[in-house]
Amino acid sequence: MSTVRDTWKKPPFIANPVLRYGLYAAVATYVVVTLATLPIDWDRVSDGLTRAQRIFNGAFPPSFERTGLLIDGFMESLKIAILATVGGILLSVPLAFMAAGNIAAKPIYLLGRGIIIVARSFHPVIVAIIFVKAVGFGPFAGALTLVVYSVGFVAKLLAERIEEIDFGQVEAMRSAGAGFIATLAYAVMPQIMPRLVGLGIYQLDSNLRASAVVGIVGAGGIGATLANAFGRYDYDFALAITMVIVGVILLSEAASGFIRKRIA
Amino acid sequence: MMTSQSLTQTLDSWSRFTLRQRVMRYGGFALTLLIVAWALSSIDVIWAWVWDSPEQMADLFGRMMPPDPSNLPTILEAIWQTVNIATLATLIAIVVSLPVAYIAAQNTTPNRFALWVGRFILVSSRSVNTIIWALLFVAIFGPGIVAGIVAIMFRSIGFLGKLLGEAIEEIDRKPVEALEACGASRFKIVLYAIVPQVMPAFFAVAILRWDINLRESTVLGLVGAGGIGMILQGAIDTFNWPEVSMVLLTILALVVFGEVVSSYLRKKIL
Amino acid sequence: MLTITKLTKRYGSGDPVLKELDLRVEGDQLTSVIGSSGAGKSTLLRCINRLVEPTSGTVDLNGTDFTKLKGRELRTARRRIGMVFQSFNLIDRLTVMENVQSGRLGYISTWAALTRRYPREDIRHAYELMERVGIAHYANKRADELSGGERQRVGVVRALMQRPEILLADEPTASLDPKTSEQIMTLLRDLASELKLPVIINIHNVTEAKEFSDRIVGMRYGRIIFDNQPAALGKAEMDEIYAGVPAEDRAQVGAAA
Repeated sequence: MSTVRDTWKKPPFIANPVLRYGLYAAVATYVVVTLATLPIDWDRVSDGLTRAQRIFNGAFPPSFERTGLLIDGFMESLKIAILATVGGILLSVPLAFMAAGNIAAKPIYLLGRGIIIVARSFHPVIVAIIFVKAVGFGPFAGALTLVVYSVGFVAKLLAERIEEIDFGQVEAMRSAGAGFIATLAYAVMPQIMPRLVGLGIYQLDSNLRASAVVGIVGAGGIGATLANAFGRYDYDFALAITMVIVGVILLSEAASGFIRKRIA
Repeated sequence: MMTSQSLTQTLDSWSRFTLRQRVMRYGGFALTLLIVAWALSSIDVIWAWVWDSPEQMADLFGRMMPPDPSNLPTILEAIWQTVNIATLATLIAIVVSLPVAYIAAQNTTPNRFALWVGRFILVSSRSVNTIIWALLFVAIFGPGIVAGIVAIMFRSIGFLGKLLGEAIEEIDRKPVEALEACGASRFKIVLYAIVPQVMPAFFAVAILRWDINLRESTVLGLVGAGGIGMILQGAIDTFNWPEVSMVLLTILALVVFGEVVSSYLRKKIL
Repeated sequence: MLTITKLTKRYGSGDPVLKELDLRVEGDQLTSVIGSSGAGKSTLLRCINRLVEPTSGTVDLNGTDFTKLKGRELRTARRRIGMVFQSFNLIDRLTVMENVQSGRLGYISTWAALTRRYPREDIRHAYELMERVGIAHYANKRADELSGGERQRVGVVRALMQRPEILLADEPTASLDPKTSEQIMTLLRDLASELKLPVIINIHNVTEAKEFSDRIVGMRYGRIIFDNQPAALGKAEMDEIYAGVPAEDRAQVGAAA
């Protein structure tokens, strides 16, 4: 080569320059406009800072005086989580079979998927509010909420696992003349059982976390205790509750991870 | 799981598990039953309400039908606000989580102290739920979208930082070695050998969190932190059930929209 | 000229991997280092640019004692040693040009590195070298789209971009098929004479070593036991170099000590 090039430019991520700069401009405009139109009331913020100061002053040192209340709240959360996990799994298994494309007929499949999508789409807090309105305050609403929450997660992943099973075993059972239920029990269940147990343990941990939150809108458990403490300006007790929640969540996460590793 | 049977046994009986395994399995099963029984018997619910609940639910859903779209413009505006909360909070959280991930990853952290600071930030951010963060920030900033953005951001930092930190810990060390051999400085090694390797994980994690944040933003309003939740709370408080169902439908649409967008982006970028 | 004197490397409290090793390499020689796995070839190479920290001894490149350098000084000095790796060690998701230019990272400003605005002089040099090894048309391709032989060429160009005073190659052909491997060896030999660059290659393939090198160094358990022209490497010498296993060598040394 007689002339060697001495310029080089990295090939851009989007080749078309109009599209590229258009995209940059759109993103920049969006960020600037939304940030600029944020209704930040600086007086309110400075006001809020003194309020934050008051909250923190009120919160330190955390008060563990009402330990009884704290433990009661936690036991209730634990019970809600356990019942919701069991109920959620009982519902999830048939639902997962409905929502597995390789097993269920098309209309049943669509119905199953639809239920799962709806269960997944709503944040537990929204579900909790509806249940609180329908069945009243307390742990029952919380348990119902977390059943829905568990179904959204467990049934979805279980259905995906069922879709991945080795279908040869199913064919073997069918060719041996086994009925539908026997096929499920011998060819499908053994393949998905480990996943189901793993999901159940994971979901118990998830439900325990979530039960701390749905309580805030009246669905029982430690969250209700926290919301009460916050509402009554008992910030020291609220901090104590929060600290215990964090501790329990860390513990439960570690325990759940440990058990899942052991059985895997 | 199969176990070899002892040969002295007569071979007309077979069981899948040894005695010990069976005891463990039945034991585990019995223990679960026992725990469930304990939870059921001691939980503080009014059973009459429980038996009554299917009727109550049917009644409530009956009152929700049909959804009332008359307030749709307001609802859509609130949905737009919700999207903004999720998007802005995700963007800010990404920026903040980068340095946190850097110091919380074992192979890039400058020293042990920084490592523990990083881990502490991640754990405290992750363990406190968005709603609890929102309660705190509503108290500070007053009700509204700002409190919501800050709450979502605080919760996202831990999530993004943890996953990014793990991505950094999993990189291939070989390019790093090559650039060390070239005499490149620490910062340039990060720029050339670490950043490109972490990039795919970075986008995947950011998109995932945006999707989650859309969902979380829908409930912020219930504690006064802006978005569609405010409208929902208002409608519930005034027993305007047809509007409640309308809001729920738009939330469903929003979440499905979020999932479509994020799976499109994932395919496009990765 | 590279002069290694009494170089010793010991990992932890175990037996040393390199034992008071002396070696001198100069001119545009291509020197191959052979020896069984565990003989210390890779450690020797990495002690030269201090990717591995030597325990004692000195490594002197044209008057600079590498073992005395710290931090920024060491980084500056490392620019003078190019290195080629067994698994290429490219950055997969970057383009070939960026990979090649990463050899200049020690020279250019952080801003230039960040924005990919490389100096014209460097870009011209990169194109010249890429043209020389036959990968210029791949400049905009991502490194992970290339074949093994092409990837190793990128690795070689990256090392040459440093305008090094010596080139180290750690098993540069071990991940390649026989034909590609020969092409890379030819390339390294030709480059050594074209650029008046001493090259040290760790290599497993003795046939290739004999064919392409000006000089062969045989290592066994941390010592050099053969150092001569390829022609002098006969069966007896080979047996000597590859005889036994490191564990037995260790036992012998232990018995002697």
